[in-house]
Amino acid sequence: MRVLMFGWEFPPHILGGLGTASFGLTRGLANQGNVDITFCLPKPWGDEDQSFMKIVGMNTVPVVWRNPDNSVLKERYPWMDSEDYYRFRDHIYADFNNLYTNDLGCIEFSGRYPDNLHEEINNYSIVAGVVARTEQFDIIHSHDWLTYPAGIHAKQVSGKPLVIHVHATDFDRSRGNVNPTVYAIEKNGMDYADHIMCVSELTRQTVINKYHQDPRKVSTMHNAVEPLPADIQAIQPQKKPHEKVVTFLGRITMQKGPEYFVEAAALVLKRTRDIRFCMAGSGDMMNAMITLAAERGIADRFHFPGFMKGRQVYECLKSSDVYIMPSVSEPFGISPLEAMQCEVPTIISKQSGCAEILDKCIKVDYWDIHAMADAIYSICNYPALYEYLKVEGKKEVDAITWDKVGERILARYKKLLGIK
Amino acid sequence: MKTICLYFEIHQIIHLKRFRFFDIGTDHYYYDDYANDTSISNIAENSYIPALKTLIDMARKSEGAFKVALSLSGVGLEQLERYAPQVIDLLQELAETGCCEFIAEPYSHGLASLAPNGEQSFREEVKRQVDKINQLFGQKPKIFRNSSLIYDDEIGGLVADMGFKGVLTEGAKHILGWKSPHYLYHCAINPNLKVLMRDYKLSDDISLRFSNTSWEAYPLMADKYMDWIAESPEEDGVFNIFMELCALGIYQPLSSNILEFLSNLPAAAKARGIGFQTPSEVIKNHKSVSAIDVPYPMSWNDEERDISCWLGNVMQREAFNKLYSIGERVILSNDKHLRQDWDYLQASNNFRFMTTKNNAVSMDRGIYESPYDAFTNYMNILGDFLQRVNWAMPMDIDTEELNAFQTTIRNQDKKIEALEKKVARLKAAAEKK
Repeated sequence: MRVLMFGWEFPPHILGGLGTASFGLTRGLANQGNVDITFCLPKPWGDEDQSFMKIVGMNTVPVVWRNPDNSVLKERYPWMDSEDYYRFRDHIYADFNNLYTNDLGCIEFSGRYPDNLHEEINNYSIVAGVVARTEQFDIIHSHDWLTYPAGIHAKQVSGKPLVIHVHATDFDRSRGNVNPTVYAIEKNGMDYADHIMCVSELTRQTVINKYHQDPRKVSTMHNAVEPLPADIQAIQPQKKPHEKVVTFLGRITMQKGPEYFVEAAALVLKRTRDIRFCMAGSGDMMNAMITLAAERGIADRFHFPGFMKGRQVYECLKSSDVYIMPSVSEPFGISPLEAMQCEVPTIISKQSGCAEILDKCIKVDYWDIHAMADAIYSICNYPALYEYLKVEGKKEVDAITWDKVGERILARYKKLLGIK
Repeated sequence: MKTICLYFEIHQIIHLKRFRFFDIGTDHYYYDDYANDTSISNIAENSYIPALKTLIDMARKSEGAFKVALSLSGVGLEQLERYAPQVIDLLQELAETGCCEFIAEPYSHGLASLAPNGEQSFREEVKRQVDKINQLFGQKPKIFRNSSLIYDDEIGGLVADMGFKGVLTEGAKHILGWKSPHYLYHCAINPNLKVLMRDYKLSDDISLRFSNTSWEAYPLMADKYMDWIAESPEEDGVFNIFMELCALGIYQPLSSNILEFLSNLPAAAKARGIGFQTPSEVIKNHKSVSAIDVPYPMSWNDEERDISCWLGNVMQREAFNKLYSIGERVILSNDKHLRQDWDYLQASNNFRFMTTKNNAVSMDRGIYESPYDAFTNYMNILGDFLQRVNWAMPMDIDTEELNAFQTTIRNQDKKIEALEKKVARLKAAAEKK
């Protein structure tokens, strides 16, 4: 089975959950055996793990004919097979000389979410046309709305079935006020798709009801979490004996409900002063949150360490006593699973996708700051609850693996292709 | 002649209200009056009152042939007195027919019998229960049953020591083994205490399966039920059918005609030569065939028939230990409110709400959404209760030592006074010379 996947982010250069999920899904699928995956990224950095799939950089696929020497390609892009460039060049299908291309005839991509995002999405789909005409594949899999136009183009070129993976919808990101352009791209992708996979039942309901899709075409494929590598497992937590730490780790933006965390912290700190609160991450609401903490008079116990990367994330998690995710609308939310892996009792909002598969954690409504404060106080003061959630939470999350997801995805592919 | 020993339990929990940690130290009232009122009124109207009326009717019609046993938890009684006193009137009417025996149980329907330092609390609350039953119904119970029929050898020994003649417990498979529950047994530690073991098949046929249309024996008629008993082996003498009274009306709705079934039982039994006896009569008329060994506590709850649904996980055990750590001090203090709260907080249902067992039957946790919610709420309330107990009966070793020192000082003062008087006398005597 050969799969052509379109993605936007990939570890280690990730900006959010999309990259982590893409990696996990792909690896889980590859582990099923007999699956060849070609993963397209706008701008690979060269240090991605290619052991279980082939990465194609959209910024290395020519759309205008040029004739560079083999050595130039090998020097510029050491991580890729330079022969691919020539194969792609043979399948340029239209005159793109009006586009801005570099000396190799390729379009440049930022690999992030720049201001000209829509232009990049459009360019991505143009390059996808070249890739689709060159590569051989049985099925197309598009991750998140940025790559839906590319997926549609590939389907039109090849006639193969298109599976789209909804990691988030604009309804989650904007708390109801959708951007019409984004909605149009998302809906178009869903209409053309042969199958839609959503990361939670919550998202699935949004797709069915807000995007008017046939429920038989939409399925739920919950995310999972990668097991901790040995060096991360070995990190010793830095805990102070008389202080408990409550942590929030994520983008400080409206969707994640940071203001509810600050309010709950204010309630807890009215009663007891030996708990510290930490909001790690960065985002457009960071300054507003710092101001809010000051207004509530808790700025001495409320800390903003900034964006955490790689190992720092795990060090931060392991030194915490409670992890909290008060998201207003979270399509899935992998971070609570990471926290439970680090043996941290977790509080999540009921309005998140991961609440559908997690049992050994405390679930509250995102607006119920009294329940949140009560739960924080309870975990910090009643050691039996802390021990129970810490031990049982780890056991539960260790059973949620990407291999199981990969198995289900493969089964769905086979069903679509009519293979038994 | 085969005998049926029919027994019903009346117990309703006092509902705790939503108690956040910021209420600790400020709010000392832990109960949800509205929930208590509505639930008792509902249960009384749909179950207790019609069921008791049927039982009184059966007792009168049978001219003394029909016998039944009842027990009430103290907290359940208090709730009935407050919200549904007509139930108490009906119970008194039933007592007057002479066909009903009242059984003792712990006042709080709690797990004091399982706590390592709970013996004093347990004895005290059972005595209070016995006194209350005597006061209301003119009977002093000789038979005992523990909360949810929890029993083991140690509890048996304790109960025998308190003067009871018999105890009711579950005929659990893992205890009986090849033995049958249709015989009288005695406690392994003290043979003076006889043990009646529940036949859970016959009991659950009425309380769990009666209205289940997909059950093979549905619809169950009194004749069919009595045939099962009549067709048992000849030597099987005692059929202990125990259930909660709310099985008639709540678990099995009245629309399933369960009360009609019940009222036809005496006639069907008489036709087959089966009689009814109270537990005391059973003990008097039968000899115990052997001791029954119960090294670990068993109960009538869940498939496992043990205490795992109350004390199975670490949260429940923590709450339990914290609660009983102050038991002695509560009993020593004479504060009426503390004693009342102590009764209500001990109820075993509070621990049941914290269970994390995966049960096939979905559990009603009341206002709690998860076992963690139940644990948090209970511990917050317990936090406030512990604070109040500490204020009333401070655990200062210093005060005790101080008392000792003060006594010594007072004694020495007295001695100095006596010596000074003696000196004065001797001086006066010397001066005279």
